Amino acid sequence: MSRPTPLSPPEQTRRTPLEMFMAFSSLSLSGFGGVMPFAYRALVERLKWIEPAEFASMVGVAQVLPGPTICNLAVMVGLRRSGRLGAVTSLLGMVLGPMVIVLLLGLLFERFGGVETVQAALKGMSAVAAGLIFATAVKMGRSVFFNTGRRPFVTGLMALWCLLAFIAVGLMTWPLALVVLALAPLAVATAWWGKA
Amino acid sequence: MKDEDSPLTGMLGHFALISMMAVGGGVVMLAPDIHRYVVDANHWITSVQFSAAYTLAQAAPGPNMLYVTLIGYWVAGLPGALVATGAIVIPPAALTLALMSMNGSGRFASWAGFGRAVRIGLAPVSVGLLAAGGWVLAGAAQAGARHLILAALTVVVVTMTRINPIWLIAMGAVIGALGLV
Repeated sequence: MSRPTPLSPPEQTRRTPLEMFMAFSSLSLSGFGGVMPFAYRALVERLKWIEPAEFASMVGVAQVLPGPTICNLAVMVGLRRSGRLGAVTSLLGMVLGPMVIVLLLGLLFERFGGVETVQAALKGMSAVAAGLIFATAVKMGRSVFFNTGRRPFVTGLMALWCLLAFIAVGLMTWPLALVVLALAPLAVATAWWGKA
Repeated sequence: MKDEDSPLTGMLGHFALISMMAVGGGVVMLAPDIHRYVVDANHWITSVQFSAAYTLAQAAPGPNMLYVTLIGYWVAGLPGALVATGAIVIPPAALTLALMSMNGSGRFASWAGFGRAVRIGLAPVSVGLLAAGGWVLAGAAQAGARHLILAALTVVVVTMTRINPIWLIAMGAVIGALGLV
């Protein structure tokens, strides 16, 4: 068994936790409009810390696990290249810098939020922000419901879980924890039973 | 349900719980529940603040989930910002770390089929929760028809092109500042 495990990165590609922190800080701080493309450019293309195929499979796993995909990815890449401490510093790099910027924006909002033009600009931005979420839902929905090769009945059931999630959380504003706990077993069972 | 939680412990417990419900990758799908908890149930911040927190975080670089930082800040100051962010980020990160550590020794291979069912099965739920997030955000801004038209235009542009969303946010700021929404 010479295959490197996440806990013991091969020597030649091992990075220090500080290097991980710096790399993730820099890619996160340049991540306007979503960090993922910047993570790919930095980790795969520029630093070559991760192979393209490995990156793709890591993103896949990071998506399945609960929590922000990009933070899960930081933990995984950090662990792979720098061990446990590296996983922690990668995550910190991903979050700390942008946190400071967001807080500064919040302070500016407190100071200038009353100005009419600022309010108007924020209104326009928030409309776009809401649109971006729907757009992500549409894009994901296309890949989930169309041309999947699944039986129509299975797809129909999946559409039902989707609709119920929207109604329960969006329209009824029921507690998310209860809704997910109720729907997740049904949804996973549907996929298990309907696998093509 | 209890309506008078202390802000710090309340956010800590509630956010840590729902952090594990963000399946399929987006903490935006927690937005409806966070809105329900901090605005409707506890009245710690207003709907307008909630909308501003989300929007400002989209305009900033970094993970999109950092709107929880600003919400925490407005609920309970700097400690609130740290507690809210930590409660959302740390539990899933700890789970990832634990699972990946185990995965290294190959113990997960037999779980591949189940993992696939989880990924495929939860995807439609994620889509529904995402749509709920967009719905709540559109409502939280308390705006009119032109607001919704701009949101709809955004959907069209994003699904038809590969433009970086930050330019659309910037355009939204300009369109808003010109008084068009």
